[in-house]
Amino acid sequence: MFELLGVPPQALFGQLLLGLINGSFYAMLSLGLAVIFGLLNVINFAHGALYMMGAFVAWMLLHFLGIGYWPALIIAPLIVGAFGILLERLFLRHLYHLDHLYGLLLTFGLVLIIEGVFRHQYGSSGLPYDNPIPGGQNLGFMYLPYYRAWVVVASLTVCFGTWFVIERTRLGAYLRAATENPQLVQAFGINVPRMIMLTYGFGVALAALAGVLAAPAYQVSPLMGSNLIIVVFAVVVIGGMGSILGSIITGFGLGVIEGFTKVFYPEASNTVVFVIMAIVLMLKPAGLFGQTR
Amino acid sequence: MKKYLFVALLLALALLAPFQIYPVFLMQALCFALFACAFNLLIGYVGLLSFGHAAYFGSAAYITAYVLKAWHWPTLVGLLAGTAVAALMGLVFGALAIRRQGIYFAMITLALSQMVYFFALQAKFTGGEDGIQAVPRHPLIGQLAIDSDFVLYYVVLAIFLFGLFVIYRTIHSPFGQVLKAIRENEPRAISLGYEVDRYKLVAFVLSATLAGLAGSTKVLVVQLASLTDVQWQMSGEVVLMTLVGGLGTVLGPVAGAFIVTTMQYYLSQFAWIGEWVLVIQGVIFVIVVLLFRRGIVGELAGWWQRRSVRPAAAE
Repeated sequence: MFELLGVPPQALFGQLLLGLINGSFYAMLSLGLAVIFGLLNVINFAHGALYMMGAFVAWMLLHFLGIGYWPALIIAPLIVGAFGILLERLFLRHLYHLDHLYGLLLTFGLVLIIEGVFRHQYGSSGLPYDNPIPGGQNLGFMYLPYYRAWVVVASLTVCFGTWFVIERTRLGAYLRAATENPQLVQAFGINVPRMIMLTYGFGVALAALAGVLAAPAYQVSPLMGSNLIIVVFAVVVIGGMGSILGSIITGFGLGVIEGFTKVFYPEASNTVVFVIMAIVLMLKPAGLFGQTR
Repeated sequence: MKKYLFVALLLALALLAPFQIYPVFLMQALCFALFACAFNLLIGYVGLLSFGHAAYFGSAAYITAYVLKAWHWPTLVGLLAGTAVAALMGLVFGALAIRRQGIYFAMITLALSQMVYFFALQAKFTGGEDGIQAVPRHPLIGQLAIDSDFVLYYVVLAIFLFGLFVIYRTIHSPFGQVLKAIRENEPRAISLGYEVDRYKLVAFVLSATLAGLAGSTKVLVVQLASLTDVQWQMSGEVVLMTLVGGLGTVLGPVAGAFIVTTMQYYLSQFAWIGEWVLVIQGVIFVIVVLLFRRGIVGELAGWWQRRSVRPAAAE
């Protein structure tokens, strides 16, 4: 068996694929954060908790109603997205005129509530979720489990679909305009508050979709969100929130780098994203794709 | 005059408290109060929300616990060592974080503190999940034995008052006025010729140092340094304390720390409570942010001002 850089290719490509999967979750979550921040001026700390809810709703659909993975892929994001819209109407709406910090603090409080309820109900250990497409293909240089390939393809599709809608359609044009100047867009007769509400729901649904995709790949656990969201924050700092494509590229790129670190220096795999963040802050404080604001 | 009377009353209360209330509880509350005051120096007076203050609190706790237990250093040197490490970290992290503003600042500090958490989880000297337990209480200076909780209480009180004094002096100095100017309008402060970044960095280091002092002191009290001290939940808790008490007030964080610690202390007596503590904290967060953003002390001060202004206006 030949080796690459002193590492068997099976291990190298296996970790690379895991990195891509992590990267696809980073990309989907940071995309949602960026869209929400653009319109609502709120950094949604609860994004990780809502991702976790997505995974749990899929698990509940399976266990209580016998609804399988494929329908859950649609139903769970709809349920969690509706929950997000409720949060926006009840709480977030009252904070738009205030400093950004209050939005962060409020959503942090929501994290504690959501996580606390799930931890009380299900403990901190994970629940298994059956893999809907078991098996895989040996490609010679690596073994490719079908489910992992599906996650990467699905999230790439969703990410670029989102990019297309925002950058290339009329709806996206309204959204971009409202991000720049909500008063003016409202003056043209577009219902901006409803748009804000739906945007939040969409960002939340995106997080929940990532959660459903994650459920078979990892275990479903109440802690899965808060561990992820802090890394996603670092991803957002590295990429900057100005560009949609930037968020996608940064998310996938950092996932891959993390995967490589796991092969060559496993001790640093948890911290490599934060180290990269520190380096980027030193060299290009506005982020790789950000504008200075 | 009334102000001095109020302060004297509080001091007398602090000196007499351990005769009535369990000293270890009081000391823990005082440590968190100092921690919250240090955090408030940034959010309340410079307008910087650090979501990673657990990094300084926890690292100082680990360092102090380690040098006291493994190397048998004198207590005072141990406290200083922990505080110094926190100050150094504050310098490095602060220099990175102040390169961005607002919401990014919060995310950067949170990410950096998560890095510290993973370091503490993996490093050998921190004892992983167990933490550093049974940290000895060597005599403080000369023969001043601090194994009695009662004696230690007055030491902790002195440390707390020292920290509070430093903060009070800082925010009432010309330096503090510049900090407030930055909070109110940063571009204007820059155009007036102030090197804003340098002011922010000094404030950040000072805040991290005092947070470290609080963490080191906490180790003396509970004789334990663990992962709880560096976790993001700890950063959230100090935000909660400050928010409940009142951002940007001198005594708000102290009141907030006592309220939150008391709440946790009483709630922990119930067996059913478990994870509901998190939920309750979250609900408090939501209520405070939505309904009274000035916090308890802020609201009280506002009420007091309105009350004293009205008769004067009537005359």
